[in-house]
Amino acid sequence: MSSRVFNIAFNTFREAVRDRVLYNLVAFALLMTGAAILVGQISIDIERLVVVNLGLTAVSLFGMVIAIFIGIGLVSKEIEKRFFGLAGTLIVNSVCMAVGVFAALFYVSRHFQSADGWVLVGLYFIILQFLIVTSLTLLFSSFSSPLLSAVFAFSLFVIGSFSEDLRGFASMTRGISKWLATAAAYLVPNFSALNVISSVAHQNPVSGQLIVYNTAYALFYATMALSGAVLIFERRNLK
Amino acid sequence: MRASRLVSLVAGALLALTLTISVLLLRCIDTVRSGAPLEEVLYVSSPKVLKRMSLGYDGLLADIYWTRAVQYFGGKHHSGVKRYDLLAPLLEITTQLDPHLLVAYEYGANFLAPAPPLGAGMPERAIALQEFGIRNNPDDWHLYYNEGFVYYTELNDYAKAADAFARGARRPHAHPFLAVMAGRMAEHAGDLQMARMMWSTTYDTTRDKSVKANAAAHLRALQVDEDVTVLEQINNRYHQMTGRFAGSFGELASAGLLRGTPLDPLVHDYKLMPDGRVEVRHPDDLPFIQKGTPPDYTPPPVPKILPTD
Repeated sequence: MSSRVFNIAFNTFREAVRDRVLYNLVAFALLMTGAAILVGQISIDIERLVVVNLGLTAVSLFGMVIAIFIGIGLVSKEIEKRFFGLAGTLIVNSVCMAVGVFAALFYVSRHFQSADGWVLVGLYFIILQFLIVTSLTLLFSSFSSPLLSAVFAFSLFVIGSFSEDLRGFASMTRGISKWLATAAAYLVPNFSALNVISSVAHQNPVSGQLIVYNTAYALFYATMALSGAVLIFERRNLK
Repeated sequence: MRASRLVSLVAGALLALTLTISVLLLRCIDTVRSGAPLEEVLYVSSPKVLKRMSLGYDGLLADIYWTRAVQYFGGKHHSGVKRYDLLAPLLEITTQLDPHLLVAYEYGANFLAPAPPLGAGMPERAIALQEFGIRNNPDDWHLYYNEGFVYYTELNDYAKAADAFARGARRPHAHPFLAVMAGRMAEHAGDLQMARMMWSTTYDTTRDKSVKANAAAHLRALQVDEDVTVLEQINNRYHQMTGRFAGSFGELASAGLLRGTPLDPLVHDYKLMPDGRVEVRHPDDLPFIQKGTPPDYTPPPVPKILPTD
């Protein structure tokens, strides 16, 4: 069983490579090189910050696009197994980009500091975001068209980025609106908690507790969405 | 095969032609729109809206706005323009997007506070920026120093400057000079030694070459002001002794009032004028001097700041 899962996941990864998904690494490399060289000339004292901010933002946005647009094409019987293939593609892609971020960091700083290690935590949280987005994309693609699935997944990413505001809004309302807003705030994925890019760019540490909670949250949320996708797909097959 | 080659040739020629035409058209459009330069526009002026629109990528957006502020100030400063209408909003957006972007506070104070042409002439906005920075980074002593510096140099409010330095001195790892400056401010607020201490601290603590060069220029100017004051006093004493002003520093030395020929900080000798005044040889190379310039001297619109090296 486990070798079957591995084979399907590996083939999904090979499909992604064959589809030239990893070509985005070329664009990323150009972006990082350009930023590292250019920013020192047009701005003041933010070379390192730009490399981390731009690098992790690009990893996140490129990955989101891959997760959504590859995810909507993965509707098949092995939906839950192919999930691992897509997740693997995203992790490989992110690791390659991380190498680029660190190379650019070394170029602008000429040395590494121990606090640069927090960039890896930022990257890890981005990968957790990918897990959630991929699982949501698969959930939506199990009951709607590819285009609508992409729209739903992207919308949920945007709403999830506002989840803290949604909670703030819930705390200001009363009665049924309060319940509805609170339910919505807890139902949508909380992407803002998984975004520590600005913090790690300033070399601020991330607490171990947050890493543990975010990991557990992302895994449970992704499993929940995947389970929903499997349930819907199984019901559709029975008809 | 031949037909496909013909198609490729036509497509290639069309590509080159249309690319050239679009570039030329853009240049025409630029000339038509020259009255409304793009840099004078803040498409979204609310930092809160921008922060929400950034979808959590506010750090990168802050970097972009900081670069925009630097480019805006640099462009205006270079062209000698004295209005910097967008500078304060750009800096406020930058720091609200990323309240921990310390560089924006340090340079922001330097851009905003000094009177034109050196800066935007908005010391109150510079202080508001530092206060915002202090609220978000209460342990960073540089912010208190920047605030005190603006109070001291631009507003001559020595009590508030002393208060800012005293608050900064209580921060962990604060520069020891902050406590000294806070203590001496009340007593020696307006004197040259105080100003020298302020600019020396800036010179020693900044990492930026342009800020260091500016501090060095101010230190040179303070030295010239002090030299000219002393030399004119000596010349007046010579006048009292002989009934005329000295024609050269040699005469002052022969009278036992001076040891050798005094030099300005750029190692040029001073000029003794027939009316007893003392002038520097190259006033343009010594911006910010209050003394030692010819009576009809007009400083260049943009001060000439020499590099520190």
